[in-house]
Amino acid sequence: MIDKQVPDMAAALADISDCASVLVGGFGAVGQPNALIDALALSGVRNLTVIANNAGFEPQTGLGKLIGSGAVSKLICSFPRGSTAFDARYEKGEIELEVVPQGTLAERIRAAGAGIGAFYTPTGAGTRLAEGKETRNIGGRDHVLEYALGADVALIQAYTADRWGNLTYKGSGRNFNPIMAMAGRLTIAQVANVVPLGELDPNVIVTPGIFVNRVLTVAGGDPPLATTSASKEGAR
Amino acid sequence: MTAAQDHTPFSRKEMAGLVANDIAEGWYVNLGIGLPTLVADHIPAGREVVLHSENGILGMGPVPGPNEADPWLVNAGKENVTLVAGAALFHHADSFAMIRGGHIDLCVLGTFEIAETGDLANWSTSGSDRTPAVGGAMDLAAGARNVWVMTTHVTKAGEPKLVRQCRYPLTAAKAVNRIYSDLAVIDVTEGGFVVRAMAPGMTQGRLQELTGAPLAFSLR
Repeated sequence: MIDKQVPDMAAALADISDCASVLVGGFGAVGQPNALIDALALSGVRNLTVIANNAGFEPQTGLGKLIGSGAVSKLICSFPRGSTAFDARYEKGEIELEVVPQGTLAERIRAAGAGIGAFYTPTGAGTRLAEGKETRNIGGRDHVLEYALGADVALIQAYTADRWGNLTYKGSGRNFNPIMAMAGRLTIAQVANVVPLGELDPNVIVTPGIFVNRVLTVAGGDPPLATTSASKEGAR
Repeated sequence: MTAAQDHTPFSRKEMAGLVANDIAEGWYVNLGIGLPTLVADHIPAGREVVLHSENGILGMGPVPGPNEADPWLVNAGKENVTLVAGAALFHHADSFAMIRGGHIDLCVLGTFEIAETGDLANWSTSGSDRTPAVGGAMDLAAGARNVWVMTTHVTKAGEPKLVRQCRYPLTAAKAVNRIYSDLAVIDVTEGGFVVRAMAPGMTQGRLQELTGAPLAFSLR
């Protein structure tokens, strides 16, 4: 019987070692697997290379906590602003930064999951972010060579799973998660719900279970409301 | 300085109205964070325009009312938003395929500088001393069919933002088609800047003084 569910956090994060590369899903707080990230921060692993869109926000949870713990030696992302934990480490030279245009970041991850070694894109051509990269004129336009970006581990968040690891998402919670699931050699999904096999409509599954290795249920995983004027009912 | 007081700059709302009025029925549009976001509120009633958010939304609606926010739904600025009827959700690679594959009709961005060639510099104002952060700006500038810029005409220090050549690091070369500043609407053509409209009281001579590259005038 295929059952990708793991009973607890220790089983979810087993085998993540020092110097691992880790894809982390999420855009803002939505779709960011904070329970997995927080536990990784406390696990004692070091010298991680993290690939994510942002550098986290609050220092007490998620990527902010992981970076603040000193576990991350390199960050590959598109927008590392708004993270006090990152700023503190970056200013002291304790963390290496590679900034990648957001669409190039997504496509590099997708390429890794799809077995494509590299691709040419006009994004970034003629800018500082293309310096040192191979450039080719294709169809009269300069294109930059960008390499696939996979990782040892992918930490993702989905909304509902089954024991085969089929996943559905909610709202804008897909963002990087489906492509990171494809690009991780070990993909670990934090999900809010698990339903019996066969209950997920095959027409609506976004990430087929072939891309997922482990599923950990974390109840009550709604992201915090982002608008300050929003209701105090909070997560629903 | 008295000459500078003879004109009335477009307000932020007026700028948003000018942009919104030029968006065609049926366009798929990405509005950048900040001033461009205001454009959404000024799209003429009855004109169907589909708003794109790069984190995976087509058919983005207004901010939610009290007690209506869905914590799972945010825009590129990480604020809670709503969906309109007909909206679609998708992942980042699809979202940026829309941008990079030339499917988005228009993106509206803010800027630090624009060159007369259409070069855009809107992501970094220094070579090294600040944390670089680009987000989706390079993808939007390189990939959208039309790239419009909303900006003040000059910096807070009074320096022109419309220049012959950008001093700040480029976001994309030859990207911008049109500029909506608080003083004028300007097309970026093969021949350089062409002014289409000016703020009330603005003169051609004064606008040229406030611009760092030659202006042609073809007022509409």
